[in-house]
Parts: sequence; structure tokens; C-alpha cells
Amino acid sequence: MRSDGALSRFFDFVEDGVREEDYRISKTSSPARLDTDTPENRWLVTVQNSETPLSARFVNWFSKKGVALFNSLYRIAAVIICFTLIGVLLAVVSFLPAFGSADNPAVNEVVERYVSKSVEETGAVNAVAGMISAYRGFDTLGEAHVLFVAACSVIALLRVDPSERRHGRLINPDMLGEDMDFEPNGDPILRKSAKLLVPLAFIFGLYVILNGTSSPGGGFSGGSLIGAGLILNSVAFGFKRTERFFGDEMYHLVKTICLTLYALMMAYFIFMGANSFDDHIWLGVPGGIISGGLIFPINIVVGLEVACTMYCFYALFRKGGF
Amino acid sequence: MAFVQNFPFMTIVFSLTCGVFCAVLRGKWAKRLCLAWLAVTFAMSLSVLVYTLKSGGYYIYRMGKWDAPWGNEIRVGILEALMASVFSGVMLLSVLGGLHHIFEDCEAEKTNLYFTMISLLMSSLFALIYTNDLFTGYVFVEINTIASCALVMLKSSSKTLVATTRYLIMSLLGSGLFLLGIVILYGITGELLMESIGAKVQEIFAQGEYSLPITVIIGLFSVGLAVKSALFPFHSWLPDAHGSATASSSAVLSGLVLKGYIILLIKIFYRVFGLEIIVSERVSNFLFLFGALAMICGSIGALRERDLKRMLAYSSVAQIGYIYVGIGMHSDIGMTAACVQILAHAITKPMLFICSGGFMDVSGGHKGMASITGAGLRDPLGGAAFTVGALSMTGIPFFAGFVTKLTLTEGALETSTPMMVMALGAIAVSTLLNALYYIPVIFNLFTKPKDGAYSSLRARYTPAYAGALTVFIALNLGFGIFSQSVVDAVSRGLAMFGI
Amino acid sequence: MREFFSNLFTNYYETAAMILFGIGFTTLLMHRNLVKKIIGFNFMDSAIYLFLAAKGYIAGRLAPIITDGNTDPSNYVNPIPTGLVLTGIVVSVSVTAFMLALTCRLYDRFHTLDIDEITYLARKERD
Repeated sequence: MRSDGALSRFFDFVEDGVREEDYRISKTSSPARLDTDTPENRWLVTVQNSETPLSARFVNWFSKKGVALFNSLYRIAAVIICFTLIGVLLAVVSFLPAFGSADNPAVNEVVERYVSKSVEETGAVNAVAGMISAYRGFDTLGEAHVLFVAACSVIALLRVDPSERRHGRLINPDMLGEDMDFEPNGDPILRKSAKLLVPLAFIFGLYVILNGTSSPGGGFSGGSLIGAGLILNSVAFGFKRTERFFGDEMYHLVKTICLTLYALMMAYFIFMGANSFDDHIWLGVPGGIISGGLIFPINIVVGLEVACTMYCFYALFRKGGF
Repeated sequence: MAFVQNFPFMTIVFSLTCGVFCAVLRGKWAKRLCLAWLAVTFAMSLSVLVYTLKSGGYYIYRMGKWDAPWGNEIRVGILEALMASVFSGVMLLSVLGGLHHIFEDCEAEKTNLYFTMISLLMSSLFALIYTNDLFTGYVFVEINTIASCALVMLKSSSKTLVATTRYLIMSLLGSGLFLLGIVILYGITGELLMESIGAKVQEIFAQGEYSLPITVIIGLFSVGLAVKSALFPFHSWLPDAHGSATASSSAVLSGLVLKGYIILLIKIFYRVFGLEIIVSERVSNFLFLFGALAMICGSIGALRERDLKRMLAYSSVAQIGYIYVGIGMHSDIGMTAACVQILAHAITKPMLFICSGGFMDVSGGHKGMASITGAGLRDPLGGAAFTVGALSMTGIPFFAGFVTKLTLTEGALETSTPMMVMALGAIAVSTLLNALYYIPVIFNLFTKPKDGAYSSLRARYTPAYAGALTVFIALNLGFGIFSQSVVDAVSRGLAMFGI
Repeated sequence: MREFFSNLFTNYYETAAMILFGIGFTTLLMHRNLVKKIIGFNFMDSAIYLFLAAKGYIAGRLAPIITDGNTDPSNYVNPIPTGLVLTGIVVSVSVTAFMLALTCRLYDRFHTLDIDEITYLARKERD
């Protein structure tokens, strides 16, 4: 390990901050007792219990006081940083154009076209849908993949083998009891209300997805509604009921097909648009369900992807897999 | 429109799809798909580079039916194509070089996710290189953040989990500041496309009305991206993250991911604000100062480190300092030096990390300096590659690192006197320190261990490992010998980079 | 000075957003408890969405959904911030999930949420 010269300590201090330096002192002077929870307690215990020579006692005393001192300094620093940042940002706000005024610089030719040409060019009555899925569709493609990459990371972190999954994600046996007590077991209120709400959530989510081009909503919001319905279903009736129609393989299938279709549609759209070819996309009847050209299928695939990702997050956090 | 011009968008979009497929394939097939696709992107980027060099200009590619302020667009010039080719090539080589480590370090059924992350990372790097729109930049910065954190975390041990958490927290702080900068800038200009914002900012700046907000916005962008690219005072997360990940991850994170953010920052400086505003706001002076400090403090950190991978990680902090010093010189030659350093470091540091992975193999999985004594004898090719990389980092002529130091010195001679003295001093001290910590490692690698530890271990040369190292060595020497043409291409690319 | 405060009052949404951002940023940076760090991160992002939403609002105008065939842009509010907020929310949901998963794993391993404590215990493990 590192040499412990004065210079080296100084650099440790500069790089790692004072806390880890303190930890090291406590470690060299006596075995730290990890069962006492907070760092402060630990040093207290060390000082009281040990019959150490004076120098080591001084080091202990210093480390204890040092930590207390450092803690208060840390708090003060936090407050100072917070207020400085807020002050600077408020100074910026005082320069900004007035709230709600029509002549603010953000209202320019870009906005005009999004509003006035959206129906004609994208077929979407909802100008926001036209903007996010057609005009700036590339951003939204990236956004859907942010959700995908997060889902993959959570799978990598929390997924456990089905064989080890008997007691849920927490494999550590002494953690078992307390946490699993919260698992609802046939709670009648929950079941009755879920019976009422789950179909409603599905239907409403579907409605929001399908009408994404002509009314507020779209793939992301409708998808999270359906996801909430799935989660409520498995909370009330247990995972088995949900896994009958939505399991591990189903999740991977839906996710892959949706994202691939989405990327292919966007690739077709971008390729045709960039090369100024005619893309033969039928824009549909503005205001109807099938309208907005590609926006309609994009809403569907995004909705499905979001729904199953939301449920996937829940299942992984709850029991480490489907 | 020539068909080649479609390649940049294809590399971005289909890398995403490749990642999606890797997530459902088994590890072995995910590996094959990912490697094949990386090779294809490399070929595509090369052909784009050839096309832009021939046509001698840049072109705007519309992402959809609508022109720029309405739709998204990407912009492809010589510099972007050069970066994309080097990045995809290095990514391919890094994954190849550390291939068997990936399969050893990740849990068996999660190996495919590693290749998912690599594909998505590649896609976001391409997007950061090519994008011409700030908000697209933000979305792909987030993909980049999550994917790179996941790359650290996939080697599952408690150490990597802690490193990932710290890395993620710092990255989130950085992206929060970056997003706030975009949002305030949108509030005062009403645009998201870089060129349009640039035009508006020039107008606003000439009126002098918004001088404080502009200063704060530049500060937010610089601090946000500096945190993510580990500029000196914000580097505390880097040694843990890069030191504990698997060899390929460290190579990719050190060599490429940090650079993606810097390229975005250079773009913002050139296209959104223009160099005059940056200079008059004195932001470049701060970047210069912290870059110079990073060169020295990073090297000192590396000098004190007794763990090979953490030493390399600290060396990255110093090398990032070189880039920021180049940017901070606010001259064309300084910017050229910064871009050359991005390329040179991108081909050198991954090689060193791959070698360190090889040394761990022949030293019983340890990476302390004492354990790797004689590792160069047990793994001669790795030893040779490490020597080349270390000499390049030190700045010996005919290696890649020398080109940077030369260009940076040229740039320093053109600046004002105090800055010149500081830059030259920092370069001199840093070179000395580089030599001080790299040369002993080389000697250590080729000394026979006294107790004959691990003497029975011999490097197992898989074609992937041997091939990757050979190509890396060739690249490094080629970069050093044909440096003039690279520098020319970079300065030509930079000339057409601005508004 | 008076002008400064009157501007802040006119832009009260933005003012609130910036105060929230400051609080969230500091919590994410300085707080030791991982869960509180995550809460701070969500504060920070919500503040940015509040700011964006306020930027898009124009007094007396309608949501940009053109149902009656009236395509005059002076009738509707700005649709761009809405789209940006949507993107931002998705990103923040993803990052929060990732961060919470990491916290779960760390808690399983070390039985504490204090990041300094966790760092110390992890370093100790290496020795």
C-alpha cells in the first residue's frame, strides 16, 4: 500500500477529503467496531474501551473531534454552496424575459411552423405529438433507448437466477422476515379495488395511446398507465396471475420487436426524408384515430415498450426477475 | 446525394438496434453480432472520412423531411469523420483485446448485456460527434452516462458497485448542470440548433443586454462537461471507476467516453458561442489553468500509486489536462493540439489498459506493482505494447504522444507571455513526471522476480488479444510517423468547424 | 435592487425553479444518504421541468391541439418545452431506476446507506 509520509498524507487529504483520512487513523490505532452504526459512535467506543498509550489516545481524540469539526464544516459548506448557487441562478432569472409574455424570444418561426403546419405536414392534430415524433423524431428515438439501457442496467444489477429466487430478491436470510411482511396476502380491499381499477387502467392507457395524435397523450403517458395497471394486478393478485400472460420471454419479445420496429420506421423516415425521396406514408385523416402517418404506429410501439419496462422495473425490484 | 452520406446516420441508428438484439441473444452470439457491427461501423466511418477528404468540405444531413431549425440534423466534416473512424476502430480493438476478461469477469448469463452497453455507447459516441443540436446532445449524453456506468458495474464486485455509484452521482451532477445550461439558453434565444443559437447569441452579446446570463450559461456548460470528463478538481471518481472495471471497460471509458464530452464542449465553444465570446468571458483562462494543474497533479497522483490500473487512471487525468490546456489557449493551433491529443490518447491509453489486463493474467490476477514484476517476460507482446504506450505517453519522438506535445508547444509559443511560461512549464514538469512513473514500470516489467513468483505462468495468446495489441502498436507508430498528415487533416477539419 | 426583486416576482415560476434546483443540487452533491441523494436528483430535474414549462406558457393562450381547424399560431402556447419536458422525464425515470437498483445492491451488501461508510467498508475489503 501507500507510504504514509507527511507529503503523501497531505495528498491523500487533498484528493480523498478528510473523512477517509480519519478512517485510516482509526483503522491503524484499533480494530474498528462495525456493529456500532454511525462513524461517530464507533470512535467513541474505540476511545472509551482501549487502554492505549497517550499518543494513540491523542490521535483518537483528534480523530473524534476532527470528525465532529469536519461534520459541522461540511454542513456549513453545503449551506454556502446551496445559497451561492441559488443566488447566481436568481440573478440570471432576473434578466430573463417576463413570464407569460407573448414576445418572449422562444416564440419564433420554429414554433409558428410547428403550430400552423403540423396538421398539414405530419397529420397530427396534437402539435406536441407532431413535434416529438415527427419533426424531432430522432431525439425521441434516443429517449426510448435511454429507457431501454436503464432497464438493461437494472436487469444486470438485480436479476437473480430463478433457482435462488424462492424468497424474493433478498437472498440474505436474516433480512427475510421484515421485508416480506409487506407482501399483501389476499387483502380484500386491495383485491376489490384492483378488480375495478385494472381493466380501467388498461382501457384508459389504450385510449391514450391510440388517441395520441389527436388529443393530449401518446406512447409514453399511455404506456405508463398500462404499466401501472400491470403492477397493480400483480400487487393485488400476486405475480402468478400476471405471469400467466406476461412473463420473462414475453417481456423480451415485446421489447425487442417494439424497439426494432421503432428504429426501422425512423430509419426509413430519415433515409427517405434526407434523400428527398417520396416516402409514401399515408398521413390519414387529421383528428381521426389513424392519423399522423408514422406517429400512430410509433405511439403504439413506444407505449408497449414503456408499459413492459415499467412492469419490468417493478418485478426486478420486488423479486429479482419475472 | 451520394449514398456514402447516409452512413453517419446509419451508424447511429443501427448501433441502437444492434444493442437491442444483443440484449436477447446469448453471450457468444451477442459477442459475434456486436463485433461484426463494430467492424461495419468502422468501415462506414472510414468511407465517410475518405468521402469528406475528397470533397474537401462538410455536409449537413437532415434527419427527416424537414430542414434544420424544425427537424434534427447532423453535420459531417473531416474532423467528425476522423474522430468517428478512430473511435469505432479503437472500440473494436478494445473489446477484442479484453474479450476473454469480459467472459471471466461478468456473470455468465449477463455477458450479453455487456455487448448491449458497448453498442449503445458506440451509438451515443457517434451521435455526440456528429450532432448539431444541443438537445439531441443531451439525450445521447444520458445514454452515454448510463451505458458507461453499466460497463463499470458489470464486473460484479462490491468495489465496482461503489465506484459505479460515485461515478453515477458525479455524472448526474454534470448532466443536471448541462441541462440547466441548455434550458436557460433556450429561454433567452428560443433555439436548440447550434448554428441558430450561435447567430442569436452574437446578436444578444453585441447588445450587451444579457452579459451575466451568458457568462453563467458558459460556466454551466463548462463545469457540467468538465465534471463528466474528469477535469482536475472534479476527477475524484475516475481512479476508482477506471481502476476497478474489467480491462475493456477501462480502455473504452478512458480512451473514448471522456473524449465524447470534450468534443461536445468544443462544438459548443465553436458553434454556439464563438471563440471571441469565450475569450472575452475569460472562461478559457480557467480551463487553461485547471488543465495545467491537472497535468501536474494527475501525474503526481500516478507517481504515488502502487496499483497499475489506478496509475493508468491517474495518468488519464493528466492527459485530459493536456486537452483542456489546448482548448484554453483559444487559438487555432491550440485547438488543433487538443484534437490531436484526443486522437493520440484514444489510441494509446486503451492499449495500456489492455496490456494491464494481460499482465494480470500472468500475475495471478493481481495488479499491484510488486506482483507484476517480470510480467513483461511472461507476456512479451504485452510488454512490448506497454513499452510503446509508455514511451508514447512520455513523449518520445516517433510515437503518438510526441505529436501532441510538439503541437501543444507550438501553440504555447503563440500565446501571451505569462500563459506561454505556464504552458511550457506545465508541459516540461508533466513530461518529467510521466517519465518518472512510466520508466520504472517498464524496468519492473522486464526484471526477473527475485522469488520467482508466477514463473510458471505464460501468456495465452488468443488471436483477438495478440491481434488487437499488434494493431495498436502499428497505429501508434503510424500516428507518430505520419503525424503531419493527421495534424493537417485535423486543422482542415477545424477550419470548417465554426459557425 | 428594486428592479431585481420585481423581476423575480414577475418570473415567480422561474424563481421557484431555481431555488428548487439549488436545493436539489446541494442534496445530490453533499448528502451522505444515498436515498436522499436520489431525492435530491429528482428535485433538481423537477426544477428544470418547472422552468421549462414556465418558459412555454403564454398568458391567455390554449394548449397546442388544433381541433377546430384554427391554425393561427397566436392562439396557442409554445409546444417545444412540452416535448423537452417529456424527454427529460423519461431520462429522469430511467436514471432513478438505475440509481435505486445500485442502492439496493449496496444495502444488501453493506447494510447501510451512508455513502462514506460504504466507501470505507469497500476499501477495507480490498486490504
